[in-house]
Amino acid sequence: MKKIKLIEIAHGRSGDKGDAANVGIIAYNDEGYKILSKYLTAERVKKHFEGICLGKVERFELPNLRALNFLLHNTLGGGGTVSLKHDAQGKTLAAALLRMEIEME
Amino acid sequence: MKEKIRIASGQGFWGDLIDAPYHQVTKGHIDYLVMDYLAEVTMSILQKQKNKNPELGYARDIPELMKRILPICKEKNIKVITNGGGVNPLSCANAVMKVAGELGIKNLKIGIVLGDNILDRLDEIISSGAELKNMETGEPITSVKDKLLSANVYFGAFPIVEALQQGVDIVITGRTTDTGLTLAPMIYEFGWTKTDYDKLSAGTVAGHILECGAQSSGGNFLGDWKSIPKMAEIGFPIAEAFPNGEVIITKHENTGGRVSFETIAEQLLYEIGDPKSYITPDCVADFTSIKLEDLGNDRVRAFDIKGFPETEFYKVSCSYSDGYSASATLTYSWPEALTKAKAADQILRKRLENLNLTFDEIRTEFIGYNSCHGPLAKQLTEDDINEIMLKVAVRSHDFYSVERFGKEIAPLILTGPPSVTGFAGGRPKPSEVVAYWPALIPKSLVEPEIKIIEL
Repeated sequence: MKKIKLIEIAHGRSGDKGDAANVGIIAYNDEGYKILSKYLTAERVKKHFEGICLGKVERFELPNLRALNFLLHNTLGGGGTVSLKHDAQGKTLAAALLRMEIEME
Repeated sequence: MKEKIRIASGQGFWGDLIDAPYHQVTKGHIDYLVMDYLAEVTMSILQKQKNKNPELGYARDIPELMKRILPICKEKNIKVITNGGGVNPLSCANAVMKVAGELGIKNLKIGIVLGDNILDRLDEIISSGAELKNMETGEPITSVKDKLLSANVYFGAFPIVEALQQGVDIVITGRTTDTGLTLAPMIYEFGWTKTDYDKLSAGTVAGHILECGAQSSGGNFLGDWKSIPKMAEIGFPIAEAFPNGEVIITKHENTGGRVSFETIAEQLLYEIGDPKSYITPDCVADFTSIKLEDLGNDRVRAFDIKGFPETEFYKVSCSYSDGYSASATLTYSWPEALTKAKAADQILRKRLENLNLTFDEIRTEFIGYNSCHGPLAKQLTEDDINEIMLKVAVRSHDFYSVERFGKEIAPLILTGPPSVTGFAGGRPKPSEVVAYWPALIPKSLVEPEIKIIEL
């Protein structure tokens, strides 16, 4: 078992889509993308964001860009100008996902 | 037909680097300057300004900017396309014409795209059967109709193309998609048609890369951000477009920042949903088809982009008034900074409760500790915490409650936990909460209108 932190193999960007946040994660190389596609499931992301993402998590693959896109529903406290959150647009959530540690077989 | 055109991004939002458009038109060759000024919340702000003064309601930076760049654009034959007309593109164009007159510029032609503002037509539109249901909640718009502040249809590239075909120097629009601003000159110059789905999608992808300004050329880059050169002189992105739909993203030489596979990939992932279906009024682009080739020297080629036909709907962005909010901060220092901030929050909440105020939400955050990453933030021991900024924000439909909240903050300094500072600027005032209502409208119910004015 090898443990890696996502920030070692990927970068990304996040933003808002209404009350949902979008979190895009991009692997630095093909090997990294294999790890992302295998281990970074919607369930795992949902669990990682427990207490932050209150809705479902959707996952989309962009293999040409070595990237995954996640939509985190019901996450931004109402979104837009309604949200009282300091990070109302979810700008820091990509970094938050890169905190994840993955145990590889 | 031109073999290629260079389209430069001048603004990523209203409030972006003021000098960016000037650098784009002076530091190298470009054919088009495109500037996105509109965010969802911007439309409601502009509508309020227009309600107070019918001559306003557009990005007021534009006339001032044009004073600086218009002579250069005329000399170099650079066309300017912007959606900064907001809810009053006509007044914006008139203001630019006035500036041009003062500068002694001859032969200026401005194309104006109108018809996106449907606030005054809503009754007619609703009675013709369009429910304008909220895309997120499914509620019909009638539930907020009395509180609506703005209602604008997102037009795409084709109304701008129509203006360009009339030989204009500048196109000023209301609510046009950010991507349409960049796609339009490609359609116009290369003679693309409404069924060139792949090419329209390629132009749309280029538009997505350009629409947030330097966010694709090294700004806000989460990769190896410390290696980005000369961030203070960051160059904004430029799309070199070719008739076959290929696009090379670059920036002017001798500017800071970076254009690489990584910086472009980050921007492509920004604020997207299902990447197979990036819906615009012009086409549905498939972001999973995008191939990127890093050519080095701040040049990235985007190619093989696929797309599908447009849908039958325009997106409508409405905003409505939804109560009031206010927020306040206080800073607590070591020792026990976090414990003090938490105690102050509890005292404040008890006082608000004792006053029988009503709030839809009270939110407390500890800035410098976990306001960004919440439960994912690393737990620190009190001794490792030097200071904490307590932020409390409230939202209510009762104006008085929000106003009274603002009066309960400063007293915490003398009536709460010690070693507290950072209260300045007076009592926080309630501000109106502007909520957003996204909906769809059949394209047949709205018609873009092109108006040309000349000097």
